[in-house]
Amino acid sequence: MDHLGAVIAVYAAISGLLGSVVNLDSPGHYLNWGFIHISVANLVVICLMVVTFILAIFLPFPGHRSSKGGKDD
Amino acid sequence: MWTAKVRRSVVNALPPERMLPDRQPAYVASWIYVFGVTTMTAMMVVIGTGCILAIMGPQWWHTSSFGHFINSLHLWSVELFFFAMVIHLWGKFFMAAWRGNRALTWVTGVVTFLASIVTGLTGYVSQTNFDSQWISTQAKDGINATGGGAFFNVLNFGQMLMWHIVLMPLAVIALVALHVLMVRRRGVVPPFPAKGEQLPSMTGGTASAPAEPVPTTSEEVPA
Repeated sequence: MDHLGAVIAVYAAISGLLGSVVNLDSPGHYLNWGFIHISVANLVVICLMVVTFILAIFLPFPGHRSSKGGKDD
Repeated sequence: MWTAKVRRSVVNALPPERMLPDRQPAYVASWIYVFGVTTMTAMMVVIGTGCILAIMGPQWWHTSSFGHFINSLHLWSVELFFFAMVIHLWGKFFMAAWRGNRALTWVTGVVTFLASIVTGLTGYVSQTNFDSQWISTQAKDGINATGGGAFFNVLNFGQMLMWHIVLMPLAVIALVALHVLMVRRRGVVPPFPAKGEQLPSMTGGTASAPAEPVPTTSEEVPA
């Protein structure tokens, strides 16, 4: 639960920081590439998803340890 | 008697220790496996906030700051729902999670994804503001081009709201329940075997992915 509280606090801090850097009270900016018409915000979210996916594959999972004798069943 | 037959087939397919396991295979200890449950947790927040919005009505959030907060929670939990669901989809796709007789698990997942999009669209046009009016006037052109506009009218607020709060939630919840039951029944798909290695093949499965849950290690799921 402490770990969860820390994670929530970090995300809240990052959101606050982003809100102060990016003007959230203006029309969105859009990128165009052929038929693709996407907002910068949407593109950022997609990039975040790709980064999260890569991190999920490579980050070590806490508490995982081999069973006795170092062998899995 | 039919009730006894149903009971026997249900208990055979999903005995209690498989329905509510207390152990998991060692390979599940990876962050890529948290996104399914994250999706479901977000879905519970969506449903909870949606129920509050239903109690107070679709215009409540315009005149109440608490209503605005609940509406925002509803929106952002939907964003988290899709964020987690798509990462879950990517993970399952790249680990070919349909292996070992798990085709129905994969298919229910895909259909849930599509049903979620329809749920999101019907919610998007039910905001009772100028934004939702714009969205519905744009969406009607696309839907009319498919012919579906004849009976699925995004400009019909009542129809869209009822699809959003009755029909689509029932569909999504039923699909998610079936999806999770299939995961319980077949177990989490094991990773691809290392080169030259074969997992023990079991009835109905393939060499690379048994159809039945893989025997677990001594690693207990934390309470």
